Amino acid sequence: MTRIRTRVFLAFALAAAVSLAVFASPYASSSPDGLEKVAGTKGFLADGRVHTIQERSPVPDYALPGIHDPRLATALAGLLGTLLVALVGIGVFKLVRRGTAA
Amino acid sequence: MHIPDGFLSPEVAGATAVATVAAVGYGLKTASGTLDERRVPLLGVTGAFVFAAQMLNFPVAGGTSGHFLGAALAAILLGPWLACLTMGVVISLQAFVFADGGITALGANILNMGVIGALLVGGLMLATRRALPKSRTMLLGIVGVGAWLAVMAGATATSVELALSGTVPLGTVLPAMLGVHALIGAGEAVVTVAAVAAVLAARPDLIALRDLTDAELKLPAPALEGA
Repeated sequence: MTRIRTRVFLAFALAAAVSLAVFASPYASSSPDGLEKVAGTKGFLADGRVHTIQERSPVPDYALPGIHDPRLATALAGLLGTLLVALVGIGVFKLVRRGTAA
Repeated sequence: MHIPDGFLSPEVAGATAVATVAAVGYGLKTASGTLDERRVPLLGVTGAFVFAAQMLNFPVAGGTSGHFLGAALAAILLGPWLACLTMGVVISLQAFVFADGGITALGANILNMGVIGALLVGGLMLATRRALPKSRTMLLGIVGVGAWLAVMAGATATSVELALSGTVPLGTVLPAMLGVHALIGAGEAVVTVAAVAAVLAARPDLIALRDLTDAELKLPAPALEGA
């Protein structure tokens, strides 16, 4: 059995993630999620608050600020977030490994 | 299932944060001792996929939506402890960059949507490894059941935390949360099985929990690890 190379596999997987974030997320359901719905029907939704740190959130609610088309704003937020998670994940991993090697 | 600030009491937020710091800390320790270089980019790409898939809310019954969580998938690809670390990265960035999920509730959110599912699926894979025959179908079946259970366990933990915080009685919130998450968990199972099947077809050797040994999965007590 021929195996595809690790780099090729990872590149395909990352491309799949980016494609989902960019092309599918603008069409995701905007209905409340399970917890939000239960909070609404059981009467504790109003307890929720936005932390002061989050008032200056760079990309609130998965929409890139300054983009007027809401689908484009979501697609760009998805692209940014997907790449950011990959970079931070790899960065943290490399940092702790370097810490041990030294 | 992201809990915003204001739903949890300081005591519950603090206790869940301590549990999460222990699990993610053990994930960091696992990461620092990882000899397999391929795990480094695989963790980043797994996190990226989890983040992207979490954005895809799908409709379930009655004007409600659900989304993929990803703890089960991360645990199968990376092992339970690196999965805790991955989910910690994803959910922290969601809170700080995208204002999704609270800041004081961050520990609870990582626990409910990451740590609990990752450890549950890791434990399930270990428990069934000896009992069941090794076949692709059997593995995918366990993956599907594990993914559904991970969502249900997360919904249970969320309900208990809300009840302990005095926000809503357990008898009110638990049946409602389990009812809707039984459906959302089915979505989780479908996505997780599809993703694991794709990896099995392309690169089965990258699946951490395929041929795991007891030593790799032994659930340690972080407090006893000391020096």
